[in-house]
Amino acid sequence: MTDAATHTHADASAGADTPARPKLAVWKFASCDGCQLTILNCEDELLSIAEAVHIAYFPEATRAVVEGPYELSLVEGSITTPEDVERIHEIRAQSGTLVTIGACATAGGIQALRNWADVDEFRSIVYAHPEYLSTLDTSTPIASHVDVDYELRGCPVDKGQLVEVLAAFLNGRKPRIPTYSVCVECKLKGNVCVPVAHGTPCLGPVTQAGCGALCPTYGRGCYGCFGPQDSANTDSLTRQLAELGMSNDDIVRVYRTFNAGAPEFEAASNKVAAGGAS
Amino acid sequence: MDDIRILAPSDLDTLIAELRERGFRVVGPTLRDETIVTGDIRSASDLPRGIGDIQEAATYRTRQRDDDAYFGFAAPAQSTKPVFFPSEEVVWRGKRDHDQGGHFTAERDTANASPVALLGVRSCDLRAVQIHDQVLAHRQFKDVHYTARRDGTLVIAVACGVPAATCFCASMGTGPRPAATDPQTGQPSYDLLLTEVIDGDTHHFVAEVGTDAGRDIADAVAASKGTAKDQAQAIDITNAAAASQTRAIDRNTVHDVLRASAESSRWEDVANRCLGCTNCTMVCPTCFCTTMSDVSDLAGENAERHRVWDSCFSANFSYIHGGPTRESLKARYRQWITHKLSSWEDQFGMLGCVGCGRCITWCPAGIDITEEAAALGRMSGLGSTASAAST
Repeated sequence: MTDAATHTHADASAGADTPARPKLAVWKFASCDGCQLTILNCEDELLSIAEAVHIAYFPEATRAVVEGPYELSLVEGSITTPEDVERIHEIRAQSGTLVTIGACATAGGIQALRNWADVDEFRSIVYAHPEYLSTLDTSTPIASHVDVDYELRGCPVDKGQLVEVLAAFLNGRKPRIPTYSVCVECKLKGNVCVPVAHGTPCLGPVTQAGCGALCPTYGRGCYGCFGPQDSANTDSLTRQLAELGMSNDDIVRVYRTFNAGAPEFEAASNKVAAGGAS
Repeated sequence: MDDIRILAPSDLDTLIAELRERGFRVVGPTLRDETIVTGDIRSASDLPRGIGDIQEAATYRTRQRDDDAYFGFAAPAQSTKPVFFPSEEVVWRGKRDHDQGGHFTAERDTANASPVALLGVRSCDLRAVQIHDQVLAHRQFKDVHYTARRDGTLVIAVACGVPAATCFCASMGTGPRPAATDPQTGQPSYDLLLTEVIDGDTHHFVAEVGTDAGRDIADAVAASKGTAKDQAQAIDITNAAAASQTRAIDRNTVHDVLRASAESSRWEDVANRCLGCTNCTMVCPTCFCTTMSDVSDLAGENAERHRVWDSCFSANFSYIHGGPTRESLKARYRQWITHKLSSWEDQFGMLGCVGCGRCITWCPAGIDITEEAAALGRMSGLGSTASAAST
């Protein structure tokens, strides 16, 4: 791996006595670019990141392209076209470690709503020439197509977690990314529980931590941006959401947002759509 | 005879100022986000005067009382647990030392904080502090961070006159009136014990002196002398509070009930409701489990070891090579309640539950530990028939 890095032509800083920095590539599939922007939003850490890795391919930030292979690839977005399927295999082939970032890449994103719809039908309504369009019937996560080394959740990903994954990769250690619920983060911060104290419906109990309990910290219920926690009991939460006054339609909608395609949320929404939880 | 004093409501400000003057960080109940929480108290205006609470399984609401009671509510959202045992703390920091061949030099993080005065701590929470003392400070290896924060604590307890529907301290023998001494150490439980008396037009606090430090504080605020009659009135208030509690756990049988219930079909039932969210453990004043988490910066020059609250309800809590030993929510709930109400006794010589009712109130699914214990009691045939909660 280091061989490839030392032979790159554009890496001016890779002098004789400086150890080669691993090459980083950032790829985009069907997505809003928000997770890539999170990298650029790492203002305080950006210089350290650029010192620690060689940013070799990152069109959102620079037109300069250094050819692969790449030690680390960060992949944003979901697979929605036949071209995507080919491209992700090419990326996998030239990546050492492949990390998917964000709800699109890890669960298919909000565009996974198409998985419940008739794509031909809305293609014919939206586009004047639907025949020019080549698209798949589904939006699927990267891991449905290639092996993924690590999945970083969130819509968008959390800046601190992203830096943590990079630091872990660079130091050859396990990232400190908890898979427990958002409730833990609320309690660690001393937040008041919004469903219990205010009657506000909240997906926190079934959602993975990572955002720092952003919405409950401001008195709002959790929207599930980080996908299902490692032991999500959606049946129980569905009953609780109904108890707090949500209609079945609304419950289906909260499960089907940014992580609609995450298996636990998908199953929960299907169950409610079919007539409620047991 | 006991040393009884009387404080007027206006003395609270003097009391708080006196404590702050003496270098204490005063911690007590305060209103935030429509909830009574435990926080820093700078003056009596930080106390939730005239605010009461309504607690039920999965429900917490504050309400306006029709009097000016300063302590007219039951258990705040969180106990004093984070004061001595913070949710996350740095244990040590390491720095790569290039003069030493790149080895790390570690620097232990020492807690260096003001002593704490607990103002208005309830009997249940005070008992929980004593349990934490036993677990964290009185065993072979002391938790140095806990001990550093806990040293020099001044306790101005307020006996609870208004339990919530979720409270069951009376059945656990932990309240509403605190025991004068810690049953494990024999040390005084409080420096001062206040009982708030609101009777017609009179509003005052009966203060019972527990230690010389408490007496000193009472003298400093020039509290007037009280009588045995005042003390009797204070005891009547907590007796009535105990009698008003509707939930209960039979503490005499529960240890054996849990022991006999390892294969109970009840676990499946509770697992259907359990969200695995960890809230019960996070609000439990005696839960003390933590995980160690190591972080390093991008360059690998600096590293830190953090100790963070953890919960037996998360999958990774029991992760060992190959996977978690408690894969199902059924196994995790069983582990938690069995520890609280049974194996804690084998481990520490006491039960791990103080009857504060927080795990009932703050469980978003409304799982009720008294109801589960009662159900297991019935199903095992070992429980008391007098157990309160019915299913």
